[in-house]
Amino acid sequence: MSEHKLPMAESGAPPPPVQVESSSVRLVGTLAAAGAIAGLAIVLVFQWARPRIEEHQARVLAEAVTEVLGGPERWQTVFLESGSLTTAPSADTAGLDRVYVGYDVNGDPVGIALVAAEAGFQDVIRLIFGYDPGSGDVLGMKVLESKETPGLGDKIEKDSAFIGEFAEVGSPIRGVKKGRATDAHEEVVMITGATISSRAVIDIINHRLDALRDPLGRFWSSPRALGAADAASPARASGSTSTRGGA
Amino acid sequence: MRATTPREDLLRGIWRENPVLVQLLGLCPALAVTNTVANSLAMGIATFFVLLGSSVLVSSLKRWIPKEVRISAYILIIATFVTIADLVLNAVVPDIHKALGAFIALIVVNCMILGRQEAFASRRPVGRAILDAVGTGFGFLIALTLMGSFREVLGNGTFLGVRVLGEAFEPWIIMILPPGGFFTLGVILLAFGWWKERKVEQVRPRRWPHGVTTGVGGA
Repeated sequence: MSEHKLPMAESGAPPPPVQVESSSVRLVGTLAAAGAIAGLAIVLVFQWARPRIEEHQARVLAEAVTEVLGGPERWQTVFLESGSLTTAPSADTAGLDRVYVGYDVNGDPVGIALVAAEAGFQDVIRLIFGYDPGSGDVLGMKVLESKETPGLGDKIEKDSAFIGEFAEVGSPIRGVKKGRATDAHEEVVMITGATISSRAVIDIINHRLDALRDPLGRFWSSPRALGAADAASPARASGSTSTRGGA
Repeated sequence: MRATTPREDLLRGIWRENPVLVQLLGLCPALAVTNTVANSLAMGIATFFVLLGSSVLVSSLKRWIPKEVRISAYILIIATFVTIADLVLNAVVPDIHKALGAFIALIVVNCMILGRQEAFASRRPVGRAILDAVGTGFGFLIALTLMGSFREVLGNGTFLGVRVLGEAFEPWIIMILPPGGFFTLGVILLAFGWWKERKVEQVRPRRWPHGVTTGVGGA
């Protein structure tokens, strides 16, 4: 038989020093002091870390918008207020749904980037995709956050063939299994072994477009979106304009 | 009970009392995040720093921690280091932080860390506690990396993302799924046990037919 030994009973370690029973005040006091010090340490580190984390998130968003819109010259945030898109919302922007409109060198809009999130296989998948309301095409897709199964479901983030499927694909997108693809414009070939995650990505995009198709179309066809004068200074007043690479 | 030398304190955790392979502690992260080498390394390093920081603090503060609330105090110290590690990883290496997800926060409940505080750091001087934490943390890192290497190579055909097995190799996808963690751990423990038994038999032939000198601890 193997000789069993509890890991707690350390060989060679002397027993803990014998202490007299401590008073409740001392016990509570010790833990309260330790908690206060721990809290202070965490707050200090948090204050150091927060700007870095936020800066990184802004950079990730800027890169993602640029990527899914095929490298626009600049882009601006547009808010969804009472069923229509506006560059200058009347209320506080904090709680408003938002999309990102990209413009080319001439100030013409090239597409709209939308962030969407829904349940995937493991947890919520958060992604961003570009959409051209003129043609109804999805321009590109990038997963921002997912906890899909490593090596399988997480291919929705890493498999360049799958991600490439979302460049200029018609909407609503239809997912097909490998080998069953026809050459239809709205087809996306799903990942073998990650069908649920692949389908989730497709559904997230389709649902988001279903919900916003009307306001996106109205915004796109209105002179506000197409007018060169407007695009030349997109929402400078709101301070939400970004040029390429800047956030 | 025999006193240990500093050298023993350092080396014990790496091999003879490896937390994962011998003591079977910290199995939750060892099974959960070892699907790639990069995740294993990041988890091992994060745990290493939490263990080191906690051991230093527990060992320095042991005189002021009443024994009735020592476990609460250790958990508080460990949780503080984990939260700091979580924030720092998020600020400095956001991609790795993203890959490890909730498992960084779950370092708090890694019983290997609490075990070292209770069994060693709370009874020994700071220097010894540092040696013990470095050894144990390094042993944990080695065990995780070993598992991660097996699982990534067999399950994905890659090592640290670089393809090492030819295109003809069909990845054993199960190896990067949860069952693969159990298979890998089982095979590694089997190999470890077999190697030890053989070593014992070489030293004392036929004294103990099933002789395993270093026992496997419970939970």
